[in-house]
Amino acid sequence: MSTVLTTPEAPGRRSVTTFFSGGGRARRLLWLIGGAVVVLAAVRLISGENDLTSSSTMSAALLLAVPIGLAALGGLFSERAGVVNIGLEGMMILGTWGAGWAGYQWGWEAALLGGVLFGALGGLLHALATVTFGVDHVISGVAINILAAGIVRFLSELLYTDNPAGGGVTQSPALSSKPPAVSLPILSSGPDLLGKVEQHHWFLISDVAGVLRGLTHEVGVLTVLAVLLIPASYLLLWRTAFGLRLRSCGENPWAADTLGVAVYRTKYIAVVISGALAGMGGVFLVFIAGIYRENQTGGRGFIGLAALIFGNWRPGGLAAGASLFGFSDALQLRSPSAVVALLLLVAVLLAVLAVTQALKGNVLQSVIAAVIAVVALIGFLTIDVLPPGIVSFTPHLTTLLVLSLASQRLRMPQADGLVYRRGES
Amino acid sequence: MSRLRRLGPALVAPVLAVVVAVLISSAVMAALQVNPLKVFEVMVDFGETPSQQITALVVIVNRAIPLFLAGVAVAIAFRMGLFNIGVEGQYRLATIIAAAAGAAVSLPAPLHVVLIVVVAMLVAALWAGLVAVLKVTRGVSEVISSIMLNFVALGLASYLLTGPFRGSAPASNIVSTTVIPESGWVPSLNWIFDAVGLANPPRQLYGFLILAAVVGVAVSVLLNRTRFGYDLRASGMSPSAASASGVNASGMVVKTMLLSGAVAGLIGLPDLLGATHAYTTNFTAGMGFLGIAVALLGRNKPGGIAFAALLFAFLDRALVPLQIADFPASVVTIIQGTIVLAVVIANEVARRVTRRAAERGTAQAAPPTPGIGIDPPPGGPTDARQEVQA
Repeated sequence: MSTVLTTPEAPGRRSVTTFFSGGGRARRLLWLIGGAVVVLAAVRLISGENDLTSSSTMSAALLLAVPIGLAALGGLFSERAGVVNIGLEGMMILGTWGAGWAGYQWGWEAALLGGVLFGALGGLLHALATVTFGVDHVISGVAINILAAGIVRFLSELLYTDNPAGGGVTQSPALSSKPPAVSLPILSSGPDLLGKVEQHHWFLISDVAGVLRGLTHEVGVLTVLAVLLIPASYLLLWRTAFGLRLRSCGENPWAADTLGVAVYRTKYIAVVISGALAGMGGVFLVFIAGIYRENQTGGRGFIGLAALIFGNWRPGGLAAGASLFGFSDALQLRSPSAVVALLLLVAVLLAVLAVTQALKGNVLQSVIAAVIAVVALIGFLTIDVLPPGIVSFTPHLTTLLVLSLASQRLRMPQADGLVYRRGES
Repeated sequence: MSRLRRLGPALVAPVLAVVVAVLISSAVMAALQVNPLKVFEVMVDFGETPSQQITALVVIVNRAIPLFLAGVAVAIAFRMGLFNIGVEGQYRLATIIAAAAGAAVSLPAPLHVVLIVVVAMLVAALWAGLVAVLKVTRGVSEVISSIMLNFVALGLASYLLTGPFRGSAPASNIVSTTVIPESGWVPSLNWIFDAVGLANPPRQLYGFLILAAVVGVAVSVLLNRTRFGYDLRASGMSPSAASASGVNASGMVVKTMLLSGAVAGLIGLPDLLGATHAYTTNFTAGMGFLGIAVALLGRNKPGGIAFAALLFAFLDRALVPLQIADFPASVVTIIQGTIVLAVVIANEVARRVTRRAAERGTAQAAPPTPGIGIDPPPGGPTDARQEVQA
């Protein structure tokens, strides 16, 4: 009845609202990205930090987002099947070592294979402990992280110390071949139209050009593969029978069992895939450096886990989370002064949050957001350059802030982290 | 005998785990053409003269003290089902701030030490409290937030060390804070060796050993003999049952993390007040993660943690001799990692075995199933058995 009343009255109003909020998730996402670029462009103009949207920052952001995204994707497979995977970091460490070891002998293709294989072995160990022996998932993950660090050090000590090809206790010999990179013709290479537009520093237009050029100029094959893996994982997990079975193990393994799903086997497969993807994230880090180094992962497995939670255990969301953390990491690496500009961004976003929360009547949240926004603004106005020790944890602090603002609306798989024993409930 | 039977399952799992870990690491070493027997020989070789042997023991005990404290800090949270993975950041941040505070004031000896200890405990407790507040108010998993706060704490510590708290000359190789005046040092316990007539080694046995023992006893009493401890353990075993019986779950999370953090704050102090007297770039690191391993091996009980800490300290001592003997020293890390994995698996298997034994026991105790037509009394033995099996 209400539809009958409203339809003739407000066609104009409705078309405006549907323009902004209609069209489903894809349209909303587009608005979100568009809004983010506009805000970033404005912040760049006000602060004068051209690094904020430069193509070099963006390509660095992509480089740093990929390993986090791969780790998060690994976490997605494992946690959708109901196994919490804190061991992503350890599997990533194994991946870096495997890539370095295979890569210096047989080139980059072997490095990819080696890293994925080593990561998968880590996953297999986690599956053995959690699925077969029913060990608490977090404990097993922590143990794998400790063990992985020990194993790679041990193997390096054994294989690299007296190696004629180079290397040492903490690093491998350099990779014998580099993976190829591709650029978008005309726009990002050759005439490089986007690069020219970016040089002008026009509001918004140059920013968009910088972002696009950063994402399309000299992109490695593994990056392309990683980006394609996101929709591929979505299709596999949400559009195939295997995906349905895997997710049913994460939601309600007992019900899945009664429907004839081989829960143990599915979990095994999921956790091994998880390790392989985390290992691939490690391979990517080795590709960037052209060499395996100890502590190359630097906690990216953990950030990947946070990206997964931030993304509400969905491929699109975790990609957004990984991009955010990759961006903040790139910014702190490229220019510490641009991190200060990030404070202005935080201030703007929190101010928006404060207003929306106030409109909803959440006084407390609104006040907290407003106070932090003011603090961030004062920080932006008073601080010139942050010392390196403080800048180094920008991505981690971003993670923490984002999680504390967002985590209440998240829903993890129902049986995530529960130890499942067949025939016991 | 009954005492032995009670302790039996608790002992079997860790011992089995250590044996399995040694076997697995031996197999790994053998596969990579390192003679495991020679490696173990180096590990147990404490030197020839009595002085050398006692020095080795002192090194082990000195290393075991912070490991024990780290294990207790982790275990307090574990007992409530919380994962305090942030111990690493908590103690590093606490130690550098306590070192700076200790260097900044001059007080009579006992007060000076007390001040440093209190500062360290407060800083670490607040840092751990952050995790608890985020969990309680914003629903952020303590695992993720404590890991992220680790990075933040380490970044802050490095900033403080190179920035405001820097006490060493700008050109010096190792950056450190200002040295704490002697009134803030904890004297060594080396007089014990003279008292019992043993060779007095050149190494100083940390006086912090006594405080660590006090902490162990205090935590044990707190967990097992007080209402707070009961609530804590109940929340860990069954959160729903605990909250049904009136335990404030949020409050318990905050209190437990504060307590865990306060103990974590002590971890850096044995080295700080007993040996280095300043926080440096190469200050003992990694205790937080080893603490998790030690707590698991020690089954989250102070007595067990003490044994686990001694075992890990024994393994760590072997690092230098192994390097001198030209063996890969990281064997130690592998053994430690395998022990952790083996012990959690062994614990799980032991738990299942005892449970199955209990089930069998109940099944035998129950009367035979009533014949057709006679309903079993509701809530009778059959129900109990079904409950156990469920």
